[in-house]
Amino acid sequence: MIKVEHLSKLYGDFKAVDDISFEVAKGEIFAFLGPNGAGKTTTIKMLTTLLKPSSGSISMDGLDPVRQHNEVRKRFGIVFQDPSVDQELSAWENMDLHGVLYHVPRRLRHERMEQLMRTFELWERKDSMVKTFSGGMKRRLEIARGLLHTPRILFLDEPTLGLDPQSRNHLWTHVQHLNATEGLTVFLTTHYMDEADRVASRIAVIDHGRIVAVGSSAQLKEQTGKESLEGAFLALTGTAIREETAGAADRMRQAARMWSRR
Amino acid sequence: MHAIYILWLRELKRYTRSRAQIIASLGQPVLYLVALGFGLGPVFRNSGNGSYLQFMAPGVIAMTVLFSSMFSGIALLWDRQFGFLKETLVAPVPRVQVMIGRAGGSATVALLQGLLVAVVCVIAGFRPVNLGLVPVGIAFLALTAVVFAAAGTAIGSTLKDMQGFQMVMNFLVLPLFFLSGALYPLDNLPPFLALLTRIDPLSYGVDGMRAMLIGRTHFGAALDAVVLACVGVVLMLVGAWRFNKIEV
Ligand SMILES: Nc1ncnc2c1ncn2[C@@H]1O[C@H](COP(=O)(O)OP(=O)(O)OP(=O)(O)O)[C@@H](O)[C@H]1O
Ligand SMILES: [Mg+2]
Repeated sequence: MIKVEHLSKLYGDFKAVDDISFEVAKGEIFAFLGPNGAGKTTTIKMLTTLLKPSSGSISMDGLDPVRQHNEVRKRFGIVFQDPSVDQELSAWENMDLHGVLYHVPRRLRHERMEQLMRTFELWERKDSMVKTFSGGMKRRLEIARGLLHTPRILFLDEPTLGLDPQSRNHLWTHVQHLNATEGLTVFLTTHYMDEADRVASRIAVIDHGRIVAVGSSAQLKEQTGKESLEGAFLALTGTAIREETAGAADRMRQAARMWSRR
Repeated sequence: MHAIYILWLRELKRYTRSRAQIIASLGQPVLYLVALGFGLGPVFRNSGNGSYLQFMAPGVIAMTVLFSSMFSGIALLWDRQFGFLKETLVAPVPRVQVMIGRAGGSATVALLQGLLVAVVCVIAGFRPVNLGLVPVGIAFLALTAVVFAAAGTAIGSTLKDMQGFQMVMNFLVLPLFFLSGALYPLDNLPPFLALLTRIDPLSYGVDGMRAMLIGRTHFGAALDAVVLACVGVVLMLVGAWRFNKIEV
């Protein structure tokens, strides 16, 4: 469904994404894990036609996001990491606008809007301006909106950022349901390892713009000899907080990179 | 088509909901009308040009449309800042439609604001000489709104952040206004100023309005209409091209 080969993105001299290659099969739930600034969002932007790659190739359902952007846009839905709702409109209006942009017929649109807004507990506040919402409510609206139409590929960029456990649970249950019943392909990022462990069929770990490991949760644990995915993640990406280049962490990453070159 | 409509409607909703802003944006035109209209009135009359209020009212209305349409076109920057722009950029709608919806909304908002100021002008004593031509005058106003909404969208698509905004206001919007003949007749100007006024699209908007509302014209209404339409088409194309290029 998604095929990426030698993809890079440079900002000036800085390589935000550095020669990555991976594939996501149809109906797969694929998690992209990596520390802050690893290049997850940048990759998603390139896949979703928002950013032109510096080099490399992308195929989305056989199409090229750079040249066939309109066709590609018909195939995916996305929940962005950063806010993207219109604060000056009501929750209902935001959902409705989205539904129109995605050509969901009016009847169906309004039915689904009600159902999703009830699921994510926004129904009581549907006519309030979004600027009056709490952070978590805004986030829930972004998610409800992202699920309004049924794409073939769904991108979720840290969808659960700032969400309470109830909403997180609703989200993943819903996503798993869509995946099971409609064969939806999901590409997600998260900093919560338990979520990735729960829903992802395959995981890629990215660090400093490079993919350092790919495999199922079990494979990653086995590769690193750790009990938990969190342990495996730390083993692969080092314990240093990003932006401080620590020598030790670098060496660990070096090792991890060697590892991933099967 | 639905996409264009819903994005157009969004601009309108945002406008009608910001009552305070609507009132605030009347301040400047009213100030021009009162301070200049009444202040320069005697000088203008003594020089044999008739009523200054009559002369400048179309100019002030056009000014309102210029400011409002440029401003809401450039408001694209706010949508970029607050993130909503992304939502429309990944939607399965040709970007040209997104751009038309936005620019059309900006132009409509500007036209409404211009009509509001027209009402204020009438209250201040402005009288169109031929009521039958008022609709044509409004058509000129609408054309002016489209021209500058397209320009604003093109600029808003090109700027990356708010810093550029002040530059555009000072080095583009204000000169467009002051060189348009909104405040003074274009006859007998020094050659360099005459040249500048002739390349300012707003001059043709103001002139067309004046032709219809007070029966006085410098270029002739036909030329005004042709120039505005051509510039409008070109700027729409430029706007669509710039909008298509946006990356976030
Ligand atoms: N517009 C830009 N200009 C310059 N550098 C950028 C730009 N956008 C992102 N970067 C840099 O690219 C790198 C990757 O950023 P990206 O947003 O893809 O990280 P991420 O993996 O999504 O991180 P997070 O978990 O914090 O969301 C970062 O170092 C960031 O500073
Ligand atoms: Mg990110």
